Amino acid sequence: MAQLATTATLPAITKPLAQELNPTLVQGNLTYHEVTNQVCEIVEGGVHRNWYIGFAISLSIFLMMIGMLGYQLFTGVGVWGNNAPVGWAWDITNFVFWIGIGHAGTLISAVLFLFRQKWRTSINRAAEAMTLFAVLCAAIYPIMHTGRPWRGYWMLPLPNIDLNMWQNFRSPLMWDVFAISTYGSVSAVFWYMGLIPDLATLRDRAVMSGRHTRATILGVLSLGWRFSARHWTNYEKMYLLLAAISTPLVLSVHSIVSFDFATSIVPGWHTTIFPPYFVAGAVFSGFAMVQTLLLVTRWALGLENLITPKHLDNMNKIILATGMIVGYAYATEFFIAWYSANQYERFVFFNRAFGPYWWAYAIMVSCNVLSPQIFWVKSLRTNVLVTFIMSIFVNIGMWFERFVIIASSLHRDFLPSSWGYFQPTYVDICTFIGTFGFFMTMFLLFLRFVPCIALSEVKGAMASQTHLPGHDPVRDTTPVHAGGHH
Amino acid sequence: MGLMSFFAPRVTKGVYGLMAEYDSPDTLLEACKAVRDAGYKKTDSFSPFPIHGMEEALGLPESKVGKIAILFAFTGAGTALLLQWWTAVKSYPLIVGGKPLFAFEPSIPITFELTVLLSCFSSVLIMLALNGLPRFNHPVFGAKGFERVGDDRFMLLIEKSDPKFDESATRQLLEGTHPKSTQLVESN
Repeated sequence: MAQLATTATLPAITKPLAQELNPTLVQGNLTYHEVTNQVCEIVEGGVHRNWYIGFAISLSIFLMMIGMLGYQLFTGVGVWGNNAPVGWAWDITNFVFWIGIGHAGTLISAVLFLFRQKWRTSINRAAEAMTLFAVLCAAIYPIMHTGRPWRGYWMLPLPNIDLNMWQNFRSPLMWDVFAISTYGSVSAVFWYMGLIPDLATLRDRAVMSGRHTRATILGVLSLGWRFSARHWTNYEKMYLLLAAISTPLVLSVHSIVSFDFATSIVPGWHTTIFPPYFVAGAVFSGFAMVQTLLLVTRWALGLENLITPKHLDNMNKIILATGMIVGYAYATEFFIAWYSANQYERFVFFNRAFGPYWWAYAIMVSCNVLSPQIFWVKSLRTNVLVTFIMSIFVNIGMWFERFVIIASSLHRDFLPSSWGYFQPTYVDICTFIGTFGFFMTMFLLFLRFVPCIALSEVKGAMASQTHLPGHDPVRDTTPVHAGGHH
Repeated sequence: MGLMSFFAPRVTKGVYGLMAEYDSPDTLLEACKAVRDAGYKKTDSFSPFPIHGMEEALGLPESKVGKIAILFAFTGAGTALLLQWWTAVKSYPLIVGGKPLFAFEPSIPITFELTVLLSCFSSVLIMLALNGLPRFNHPVFGAKGFERVGDDRFMLLIEKSDPKFDESATRQLLEGTHPKSTQLVESN
C-alpha cells in the first residue's frame, strides 16, 4: 500500500522503474547529509540510558561465563555433563549453534552482494559484526573441550619441539580448525574493509568538530582513506573478490562442520545429506538471529527509516524458504532410514522421535517446520512483533536440532549396557547462557563505537535509486514514502 | 597512485592542482567526462560512495587487484597440498585407519580453505598497495570543504603535474562544467 502511495506521486513514466527499484529501502525524504548525521550521531554523542542498562546486564552474564570457564580450567572437563555414551554434548551443540548463526552475516554481506540485492545495504554491517561475535562464541567450545587451552597451538601446523609430530590432516576435526579459523579471519577482514570509508567519514566529522584525539585514532583506523575515484576502483574490485570468495567459503564451513559427524560410523550421523542440510539450517538460524538483533537495534537507536518492513519481509521469506528445506531434510532422513532397511538406522530415527528425547524432537519440529509457515501471510512477515517472536522460536528450534542430532544419536550406544541419558550440569547451562552475555556485550560495544549502518553503501543505493532521467538526483525524485509506515 | 608512491619524492611547495566542487554525482560524472575529453590524464574525483560509470568517465584502466590476487590463490592451493603431502609422506609417515598416507580427496577441504585465506588477505594488501595506502597526509586534505566529501560533497581534481595543466585555461574548462566552486589546492 505504501509502495502505491509513493509511485502515485511520481510522473507516470518513472512509475514502473520506481517500483522495480524497491523505493521502500530508505524511508522518508532523506538527503545524503541526513543519513550521515543519523548514523554518525549514534557513535559520536552520548548513548541512551537503555544502552548502559543493556550493557550492564550483558557484561554480568559475560563475567559469569568467565567464572565458569575459569572453574572448568582449574577443575577439568568433568565439570560438564559429558560422559559415556554422550561424549559430545552441549559443547559441540553450542559450537554448531553459534557457527550456524554466523552464516547469515556472510550470506547477507557476500551472497546478496553478488546477486545485487540492494536491500542488504542497511543491514549488512550489523549482520557481519554478528558473524564475528558468533564465531568467537563458537570457538570457545572446541578450545575449552581440549581441556588444556594453553596447548591450543597444537592444532596449528607449526613445527614444535614439544609435540614432535604433525596433525592428522586426513581428520575432519583438523579440517574444522582450518575452516573455522579461515572463516573467522576472512569475516573480520571483510568487515573491516567495509568499515574503512565510514571510519574516514567519522574522522572528517571529528576534524570539523575539533575533536583531535578522536580524529587521529579514526585517521589511523581508516588508513588515510580520501574517497578518491582511483581508490574506489581498486576498492570495489577487492570488495567484489572478497564477496566472491566468501560465498563458497560460507558453504564450505558448515559442510566441513557436518563432516565431523557424517564421516563417523554412528547411526544418525553417517549420512550424505548432512552438508546441504547443515548449511540450510545455518542460514535459517542465522537469519533468525539477525532479525532478533536488528529489531532490538532498530527500536533502541530509532533506525525505523533505514531498517524497514521491506527488510523484515525479505528476511522472513528467506527464513520461510530455508525452514522448509530443513523440514524436507528431516523428512528425507526418516525416509532413508526406513528405505535403507538397516535396523540400526531405523532404530535411531524411531528413537529420535519417540524415545527419551521425544520432547526435544517435538520442540525442534514445531519451532523449525511448523511455526515458520505463518510467514506465507504478508501482513505477518512485515509485522515487527510477530517477526521478533518468530525469530526467537527459530533460534530455540535450531539449538534443539543440533542437540537432537548429537545427543539422541549417541545416547543409545551399540551395546545396550552402555545406554545412557545426558543431563547438563549447572556449568554447562551457565556457560551457554554466558556466551549470550559475551555476544550481546560485543554487539552493544559495536553499536556504541562503530557506524552500524554502512554509510557509503546506503548512499550508493540511494544514488542508484534516484538515477531517473531528467530529475535532480537527491532531493526531488528520491522515490520514497510520502507518509511512511504508521 | 602506484605501488611505489610511498617512496616517491614529495612535490615541492606550490600549487598541487585545481579542485572543483559539484552538488551531485551526476554533475560530477558529466564534468569528469568533459575533462577526460579535453585530454587531461592526471585527474581524480572524490565522492562519498563509488559512482557507477566513474572509471569510464575518468578514463581509468580496469583494476589489477583480481589479476594479481589469482597468483596468491594458486600459492595458497600449492602450499596446502605441499604441506599435507610433505607432513604425511615425508616428515612423519603414520598410517591412520589403514588409509593411504596421502590422497587427493581428503586434502580438498584444507586446500580450499588455504586458497580462500590467501586470496582474501592478498586482495586486501594488493588493494592497499595499488592505492598507496595507508597514507595519512595528502594535499587534497587541505582543499576547502574536503572534510565534507565523506558526507555529501563531490569533487574533481586536475593535478598540476598533468602536461595539459594551465592555471587559467584549466580553470576555464572547469568553470564550464557547472561547479558550485573551484579552488587551487596547495602542495604540502
